[in-house]
Amino acid sequence: MAQKQIHLAAHFPGVNNTTVWSDPAAGSHIEFRSFARFAQAAERGKFDFLFLAEGLRLREQNGQIYDLDVVGRPDTFTVLAALAAVTEKLGLTGTINSTFNEPYEVARQFASLDHLTDGRAAWNVVTSWDAFTGENFRRGGFLAQDQRYERARTFLQTTFELFDSWRGDEVVADQENGTFLADANAGAFRHSDEHFDIAGRFGVPRSPQGRPVIFQAGDSDEGREFAASSADVIFSRHSTREAGQAFFADVKGRLPKYGRTAEQLLIMPAATFVIGDTDAEAAELAHEVRRQQVSGQTAIRSLEQVWNRDLSDLDPDGPLPQFDPVVGENHVAQGRASVRMHKDPLATAATWRALAEAKQLSIRELMVEVTARQSFVGSPATVAATIDDFVQSDAADGFVLVPHITPSGLDPFVDRVVPLLQERGVFRADYAGTTLRDHLGLAFPG
Amino acid sequence: MSATPFHLAVALDGAGWHPAAWREPDARPRDLLTAQYWLDLVRESERGLLDLVTIEDGLALQSADPYRPDERTDQVRGRLDAVLIASRVAPRTEHIGLVPTAVVTHTEPFHLSKAIATLDYVSSGRAGVQVRVSLKEHEAKLFGRRTIPPVTPADPAVGPLIADAFAEATDYVEVLRRLWDSWEDDAEIRDVATGRFVNRAKLHYIDFEGAHFSVRGPSITPRPPQGQPIVSALAHQAVPFELVGSSADIGWVTPRDAAHAEEIVAEIRCAQTSAGREEETVHVFGDLVVFLDEDAHTAQARKARLDDLSGEEYRSDATVFTGTPAGLADLLAEWQDAGLTGFRLRPGALPHDLTAITRGLVPELQARGLFRTAYEADTLRGLLGLPRPANRYAGPTAAA
Repeated sequence: MAQKQIHLAAHFPGVNNTTVWSDPAAGSHIEFRSFARFAQAAERGKFDFLFLAEGLRLREQNGQIYDLDVVGRPDTFTVLAALAAVTEKLGLTGTINSTFNEPYEVARQFASLDHLTDGRAAWNVVTSWDAFTGENFRRGGFLAQDQRYERARTFLQTTFELFDSWRGDEVVADQENGTFLADANAGAFRHSDEHFDIAGRFGVPRSPQGRPVIFQAGDSDEGREFAASSADVIFSRHSTREAGQAFFADVKGRLPKYGRTAEQLLIMPAATFVIGDTDAEAAELAHEVRRQQVSGQTAIRSLEQVWNRDLSDLDPDGPLPQFDPVVGENHVAQGRASVRMHKDPLATAATWRALAEAKQLSIRELMVEVTARQSFVGSPATVAATIDDFVQSDAADGFVLVPHITPSGLDPFVDRVVPLLQERGVFRADYAGTTLRDHLGLAFPG
Repeated sequence: MSATPFHLAVALDGAGWHPAAWREPDARPRDLLTAQYWLDLVRESERGLLDLVTIEDGLALQSADPYRPDERTDQVRGRLDAVLIASRVAPRTEHIGLVPTAVVTHTEPFHLSKAIATLDYVSSGRAGVQVRVSLKEHEAKLFGRRTIPPVTPADPAVGPLIADAFAEATDYVEVLRRLWDSWEDDAEIRDVATGRFVNRAKLHYIDFEGAHFSVRGPSITPRPPQGQPIVSALAHQAVPFELVGSSADIGWVTPRDAAHAEEIVAEIRCAQTSAGREEETVHVFGDLVVFLDEDAHTAQARKARLDDLSGEEYRSDATVFTGTPAGLADLLAEWQDAGLTGFRLRPGALPHDLTAITRGLVPELQARGLFRTAYEADTLRGLLGLPRPANRYAGPTAAA
């Protein structure tokens, strides 16, 4: 049986503690040259796409702007359009919120981006709905949690109607006969439901990919169903081998009821990596990186996100607190999606206490262990073999790699691991097509 | 007396401002949605040492009717988001200012603020924005968030509508500007000793509350390279003149002649003073649509041919100049004496009239000492003679 081809993407690091900004090699997270350098490294490595996250309000903890991680980032659409000027083939994926935007405007921006990138645009649809973020927008915090996927679904559906309002053959621009449009009604649309009541003519003719590639990142049952029905790629958190296989089987198993096949929805978990000359060297380096990512202060702040209260008085090198987390809505950390992962803080606390006791871990040591993302650690040969194994054993279709140094952190992977994957025959030696749909093996929408 | 150089911009829109421009032999009507088309135009403008280009935009599909959609098939229809066009060309240009149009009626000031800040980053300090109000019923329906009645200028209902839309636009620009200042320049500290990436005492809530929106802030994007990118607006009458006077760095105006230009400038200066901005530089640029050729007869014949193709004489809110670069230079010099500080030329057809500006008009102006012979600054503010402004939130009382 033919080997599966691996898909690779590069996540420009966002505003969390993955980035070791204190490293002397760490550069700007806002200057365009950092983005250009990072994107060009990804393209040199023949990656499928670059990925940008988004958060529409600066994070706060204990009522103050969170200052321990990178803060600040550019506007997603604008920086992706600029990156199209310094790359040729790399896909450009932006996270855009469906709550604090309107379908007409988002569709207009993505259709424009797809034209300006010659068919390399993708949209990671997210649905944060909190009143905290809403304070920056006209609508405010208006949406109950149980409505957010419904609104996201209808938002996406509405943009599809807008993208599809042009078939692609209307602009004839016949100078001789004076006919610019073949259809006097090109772009006409009407959509009416509980959330959106809009009508008119869409202003952007059909773009090279028909519509952008659609990403989904939610993990709940509703999120998985949303992805199975409408997305092309899932940006997932389940990146260990076993959890990845279970997630892969679950989500791909939901496709048939929507008349879709396994190739039509790619699963690409996020992963970090640390590469050394030998496995031992890489392991040592990885431990050091984790210590840098989780300072004593960061450990306390991470613990607060579960305990849901101020823990400034605790010693990070001391033991976990004896008292239990505050149960209820999390008021300590605002603007942070990860707090939703701890749905049952008492259970999380019990698990952590058991782990800390068994291994004799301080708060900081515990946080180093439990807040780790999936990481490929080893020599280039080990990392290449592991990634290949994950993909061939259906734990993923590929990975979205998040380096811990900006902007040069992708280089070791591109220079040392990619050639080994190419030798194995599981990763492209060069781009075969020009659009992101080509890279991902996705059909063009009819 | 020696001549004082003035500023020069071009307004890019589709195949040019004449509705039949796309039918000219050198037009590229099939390329209007490509990056290369826009890059070629902006680079040509930069070759002519122009201060800036503006890029027209609107929410709805274009229409020949100023108030309603149409179903015409003989004119250019469809266009790309102007902010994204500007950003796409930014890394491939070096000096010229990039001023996309953005609608400020239905959109989010938080989003536009960070978009223009980001344009300023990707262009290393060459960003601006032309804010545009939307009063059209059919544009409101694209968003479905509010109802705007169908009105024409003759309608008595139009006065309050205009006043409300421009009051919202004034609030909108205030939010853009506060968000740009919501990070002090030295907010990012990367202090390894204390583990802090930012000094949060230098990040500011803007706490804007208005009739149409409230915005808490701070921006998610640090203060852009220019501090405050350029804000501009097209203005034909008293209410928009007030927006220019209170909130903008450049007003685009449409005088009929030198005397009219003088009246407009006086009105804007008055609005500026009322807003307490008499010490600040507010540029007033005269807009003209131009059809330029080596001799005036050729230019007139070309425009007549385009008018024939479109079936009617081309009319504009701005004065239409048809003639030679030297003739245009005479007119601009006369209007400059009326108090205009620059001009924005709308090429009748692209690329012809743009090339006539950069290769015909510009040398003519240079010979008269009326235009720069090299770019003298790295930022758009620099080209316009505007200092980098102090941050409204910085100061001795704001210290950590």
